[in-house]
Amino acid sequence: MDYFERFAIPHPSPAIYASMVAIGFTVIALIFVLTYFKLWGYLWREWLTTVDHKKIGIMYLISAIVMLFRGGADAIMMRAQMAVPNNTLLDAQHYNEIFTTHGTVMIIFMAMPFIMAFMNFIVPLQIGARDVAFPRLNALSFWLFFMGAMLLNISFVIGGSPDAGWTNYFPLADNEFSPSVGTNYYLFALQISGLGTLMTGINMIVTILRMRAPGMTLMKMPMFTWSAFIANVIIVFAFPVLTVALTMGTFDRLFATKFFTTTDGGMDMLWANFFWVWGHPEVYILILPAFGIYSEIISTFSKRNLYGYKSMVGSMVIISFLSFLVWTHHFFTMGQGALTNSIFSITTMAIAVPTGVKIFNWLFTLWKGNIEFTTPMLYSMLFIPTFTIGGVTGVMLGMSAADYQYHNTMFLVAHFHMVIIPGVVFAMLAGLHYYWPKMFGFMLNEKIGKITAWVIAIGTLLTFMPMFFSGLDGQARRMYTYTESTGFGIWNMISFIGAIGFTIGFMLIVYNVYYSIRYSPRNIGMDPWDARTLEWATPNPVPFYNFAKQPHVNSVETFWDSKNNGHELFPEPYEDIHMPSNSGMPFILACIFFAWGFSFVFSMWIPAILSTIGIFICMALRSLEKDPGYYVTVKEIKETEKKLRGVQ
Amino acid sequence: MKVDQSLPLEYSTEQNKNNILGFWVFLGAEIMLFGTLFAAYFVLADRTGSGPTGVEIFQITPVLIETFILLTSSFTIGLGINAMRKGNLKAMITFYVITLLLGLSFLGVEIYEFVHYAHIGAAITVSAFTSTLLTTLGTHGAHVTFGLVWGILIVYQLIKRGLTPETANKSFIFSLYWHFLDVVWIFIFSFVYLKGMI
Repeated sequence: MDYFERFAIPHPSPAIYASMVAIGFTVIALIFVLTYFKLWGYLWREWLTTVDHKKIGIMYLISAIVMLFRGGADAIMMRAQMAVPNNTLLDAQHYNEIFTTHGTVMIIFMAMPFIMAFMNFIVPLQIGARDVAFPRLNALSFWLFFMGAMLLNISFVIGGSPDAGWTNYFPLADNEFSPSVGTNYYLFALQISGLGTLMTGINMIVTILRMRAPGMTLMKMPMFTWSAFIANVIIVFAFPVLTVALTMGTFDRLFATKFFTTTDGGMDMLWANFFWVWGHPEVYILILPAFGIYSEIISTFSKRNLYGYKSMVGSMVIISFLSFLVWTHHFFTMGQGALTNSIFSITTMAIAVPTGVKIFNWLFTLWKGNIEFTTPMLYSMLFIPTFTIGGVTGVMLGMSAADYQYHNTMFLVAHFHMVIIPGVVFAMLAGLHYYWPKMFGFMLNEKIGKITAWVIAIGTLLTFMPMFFSGLDGQARRMYTYTESTGFGIWNMISFIGAIGFTIGFMLIVYNVYYSIRYSPRNIGMDPWDARTLEWATPNPVPFYNFAKQPHVNSVETFWDSKNNGHELFPEPYEDIHMPSNSGMPFILACIFFAWGFSFVFSMWIPAILSTIGIFICMALRSLEKDPGYYVTVKEIKETEKKLRGVQ
Repeated sequence: MKVDQSLPLEYSTEQNKNNILGFWVFLGAEIMLFGTLFAAYFVLADRTGSGPTGVEIFQITPVLIETFILLTSSFTIGLGINAMRKGNLKAMITFYVITLLLGLSFLGVEIYEFVHYAHIGAAITVSAFTSTLLTTLGTHGAHVTFGLVWGILIVYQLIKRGLTPETANKSFIFSLYWHFLDVVWIFIFSFVYLKGMI
C-alpha cells in the first residue's frame, strides 16, 4: 500500500472529497450515456480520430468553456473567502492552491483554447483553404493541449494541487517550500500543452503563408487572419523559452539540479526572467487574435470597411516585436537597478502607442458607420471603454518608480483583469455569438445575448474597480484574509457581489445555448449577419470540404464585393477535392503523453520509461506510414451542395 | 497528386513545400530553444558554487574529435543531398549511412565525456554551472540521438520505396535538421568550450 500513498492529498477538506465523488459520478454517468446510446463508435469516428479543422475548433471551444467554469469556480471561491474580514471559509493553503489553479487554468486552459478554437475554425475558411497545412498535426496539437489540461485538473484529487502561484516563482516552487507533487503537475501540464501550442503555431504560419486562395495577397487577408498570423509567430518564438524554463524547473525538482536554487550557485531570478520572457508575449498571443475578432465584428456591424487596415497590420507587427522587450516590468521591485528599470519602463509605455492606434482605428470605423447593435457588436462596444481603463492603469504600472507602490497589490490584480476580461473574454464571447451560426447552423438568441453582455460588463466593473482602491490602500494580492481594521472589507464585499453578477452572466450564456438549441430557426442561410469576409461564402454549418469550388479573391472584403460589386467569387468549375484521412494516432499519442506526464509527476520511473518508449514508437509508426488521403468526387460535392444550399 | 516536374523532387508537390516551410519554422523555434539554453549558460557559467569551474574540467581532445566528426557528417549529408538531386539513390544511401555512423561516433565520444565529468566530480547536481553545462550539451546530444533514430527510419524508407516525392522530401528535411545540429555545435564549441578554457 505504500506505493499508493503517494496519490493521497496532503491537505484534504470536505470540499475536495465532495469533488472526488462528483468527478466519479460524472465519469460513470458519461460512460453510461455513451454506452446506453451506443455512442462510442460515433465518438471515435467523428471526434477522437478527426483531422477536420472545424471539428477540432469545436472541441477546443467545448474544452475552453468547460475550463472557464473550472476557473470560474476557483474565482468565486476566492471572492467568497475575501468578502468579509477574517473569513474562515478557506484556509491559507487552500487559498494558495485556488489562486494558483485559477490563474493557470484561465490563461493556459481557457483563454488559449478559446483563441485556438477560433483560429482553427475561422482562419482556413477566411483564406479559402480546404484545411490547415498539417491536419494530423493539428489534431495532435489539440489532444496534447487536452491531455495537459486533464493532467492539471486531476491534481486536486490525486496528489495535491500546485500552490506556488501561476507564475510558479522559485525558490517557492522548489521541493523545500512546495513539497507536494502539485508543482510537478503544473510543470508537466504546461509542458505537454505547450508542445501542442508550438505545433499549432507552426501549422498556422504555414497555412496562412502557403494556402491562401488565388488573389489573396498578404495585404488582402482579413484582419482576423492577420492577427492569428502574428500571434502564431509570437507563439513560435515565445514557447520554446517556456519549454526550457519548465524543463529546468522539472530537473531541479526531480533530479536535484541547481538552476533556480538558493545554494550551489543557482539563481532563482533566472526563472522569473524566463517565465516572463514567455509570459509577456503570451499576453499578446491572447490579445491580438481577440483584437482581430473585434476588427471583424466592428467592420461588419458598422457596414464599413475597417479604417486604417495598413496601420492595423503595422501596429500588430510593432506590438509583436515590443512584446519581447518588456518582460522585466513584471518584477521592477526585484532589484535590477534604475537603468534596467528605466529602459523597460519606456518599452512598456511604448506598447500603448500601437495599441492606441488600434483603438482609434476602431473608433474611426464606427465614425459615420451604419451601426447595428447586435450582441457581438454590443460586446465590442463595451470592450473599448472598459479595456481602456485596464490599459491606462497598465501605463501607470509601467512607470517603474511608481510601480513600487502598486507592485503585488490588488491594484495590479484589478489592472490585468481589466485588460484580459474586456480584451480577451469579451472578444471570445463576441466571437462565440458571431461565429455560432457558422459553427452550428443556428443563431444564439439575441435578446438573451444582449442582457448577458450587460450583466457581464457590469459584473466586470463591479468586481474589479474596487480592487483599484483597496490596492492603492495597500491590500496585498494572494493573501487569504485581512483584518477588519484595514477597511478593505467594503471593497471586497462589492467585488464579491460583482463576482456573483459574473456567475449569473455565465449561467445566462448556458441558458442561451440551451434556449437557442430548442427554439432558434435553422434556415438562416449562409450569411445571417450580412458579413464581409470569405468565411461567410460557405453554407451554415460548413461542409467538411469547406469550399465546393476554389474561391478567387479581389480585395480584403471579397465576399462583400461578390454581393454588392459584382465580383465573381467562384469562377472555376467543380473539381475532385483531396482530403486527409482520419487517424487515431494523435489521440493515442496524446494519451501516452498523459501517462508520461503522470508518471513523472509521481517519480514512477518504470512507467515513465515505458511511456517515453511508447511516444517514440508512435512517432516511428507515423514516419513509416503512407497517408495518401482520399478524394471527394464532383458528384458527391454537387449532391452535398444541393442539400445544403437547398434550404435557403 | 500533382507533381511539378520542373522542381527538385523534394519541392515537387504542394504538401512537400508545406512540409519544408513548416520545418524551417520549427527550426526557428529550435533556435529560440537553444538561445534560451545559451542565455542560461552565460548567466550561470561563473556560478560554480563549491564545484569545479570550466577551466578545471574541459579537455580539448574529445571536444576536437567531436567537432571534426560532426562537421564531417554535415559535409557527408550535403553530398547525400547532392546525390539525391542527381537521382543517384545508391550514392545517397551510402552518404546517409556514413552520416549516421559519424553521428553515432560523435555520440560515443560525448557519452565518454559525460562519464568523465561525472567521474571527476562535475555531475549535473553539483552546481548551477554543471547543471546548465550538462543540460545544454545534453539537449544537443538528445537531438543527435533523436536524429540517429529518425535517420535510420529514413534510410529504411529509401531502400524500401526508392526516391519518391515523399522520401526525397523527408530526406531533405532530415538534412536541414542535421545541418542545424551542426550549427548549434559550432556555437557550443565557441561559447561553451573555447570561452570556458581561457
